[in-house]
Amino acid sequence: MGGTLPSRRFPGPPALAWMALGLLLTAAVARASGDARAAVGAAGGGPALVWWAWPAILFAVTFVLGIVAVLGGVGGGVLFVPIIGGFFPFHLDFVRGAGLLVALAGALAAGPGLLKKGMADLRLAIPVALIASSCAIVGAMIGLALPTRVVQIALGATILGIVGIMVTARKSEYPEVPQADDLSTALRISGIYHEVSTRQDINWKIHRTPQGLAAFVVIGVMAGMFGLGAGWANVPVLNLLMGAPLKVSVGTSKFLLSITDTSAAWIYMNNGAVLPMLVAPSIIGIMLGSIVGVRILAFTRPTAIRYMVIGVLLFASMRALLKGLAIWD
Amino acid sequence: MSDKTEATDAVEAARTPIVLLRRMETEAARPRLAEEQLAYAQVLDFGMKLGFLLLLATFVLYVSGLVSPHIPVTELPRYWSLPVKEYLAATGIQSGWGWLHMLGKGDFLNFLGIAFLSAVAMVCYVAISPIFFRKKDLIYGWLAIVEVAVLALAASGVLKSGGH
Repeated sequence: MGGTLPSRRFPGPPALAWMALGLLLTAAVARASGDARAAVGAAGGGPALVWWAWPAILFAVTFVLGIVAVLGGVGGGVLFVPIIGGFFPFHLDFVRGAGLLVALAGALAAGPGLLKKGMADLRLAIPVALIASSCAIVGAMIGLALPTRVVQIALGATILGIVGIMVTARKSEYPEVPQADDLSTALRISGIYHEVSTRQDINWKIHRTPQGLAAFVVIGVMAGMFGLGAGWANVPVLNLLMGAPLKVSVGTSKFLLSITDTSAAWIYMNNGAVLPMLVAPSIIGIMLGSIVGVRILAFTRPTAIRYMVIGVLLFASMRALLKGLAIWD
Repeated sequence: MSDKTEATDAVEAARTPIVLLRRMETEAARPRLAEEQLAYAQVLDFGMKLGFLLLLATFVLYVSGLVSPHIPVTELPRYWSLPVKEYLAATGIQSGWGWLHMLGKGDFLNFLGIAFLSAVAMVCYVAISPIFFRKKDLIYGWLAIVEVAVLALAASGVLKSGGH
């Protein structure tokens, strides 16, 4: 066992069609959002919509995001911030604070199961989490200090980068690790997990630990700065760079968010960037959506949904870029 | 002993190895978890459930109007599109732990659930660090303590952003 296998090819015509559908759906949300804003403007600046309309729309959208996130195999935070930040009237400061709490809530809910099943490894997570959570504090402080337009442009560029990772990233079920490095040996980071599908006990160890820990400096800063969660970056680093098996990487990554996002969430909360009217409907919506998503996962084509997510993210990233450049406010 | 009872016993006897085998498979499928990992999972499970209940309950109290908010919900749309510094200035809200003094207001009551969920990881680390020290796993014991210190620093409100 070992070796790195490409998990997907470059998108073909059907994938491009699904991406186009995602783009169209997001464009429809943008149009609806624009209509609602126009209604507010038509009323002489006063809020034409009843106060609960936006939280209700937010709940409905996050419910759908919860479903799509499960089917598309992405975290809720990475969809939440660009979409809610791009098409809702809430300021990006509050959206990022809510995005962190959405990602945190998802990680807290999944954490106990992942740990009990051995899919998340505490020994692997502890040193990584220490670096990522410390750097997320720095990222959160930078994000709150920078002008909104700069953050919008950086967010748009980051989402484009995430799309690039999603399209091109390779995954390895059981990466080949010829020898554990000195640091991981000293920290005794290794384990055995039981693969139910093959009824095999998989012994694993990691390598390139210093490089992996260095990568989590960047991941932590970006997680705190944009409120995105960081599963999109955690998994490739744990799996491809450090050599942890894919399932352990995915489980440990999800669990890691419960620590990384905690530190950044405190910074946003202590700086006043947490609005309960935004946070509570989002958390409830995305969690209910995730439950429904898991139930319908068996009847859908995850690959198609994944390409639709890529389309949505492409549109949202362009929106963030153009908003930041004052071309499309 | 009747024929029927003998037949039942025979079936049970035949089943026993299968039951035992299945039990052994289940045992084998169960990962061998370290004590600290199991302890972390248990504390996280309890804290997460309690946190979500708190969040839900306080939000219901807030939106139902049972506890009146600091900012009336009808006026909220005027503020949520402002940058955080302007929002704080316009609403007279104190940043940091100032919300503790305003728990009587519906909107600030929600911070109980949010802060609780944000504190769960810290409690988990506090719970597992003695296990590491008892097992003479000093490096991880200290890593856990440093993590608690980092999260406590983030939660303390000492770190303020420059604002924009």
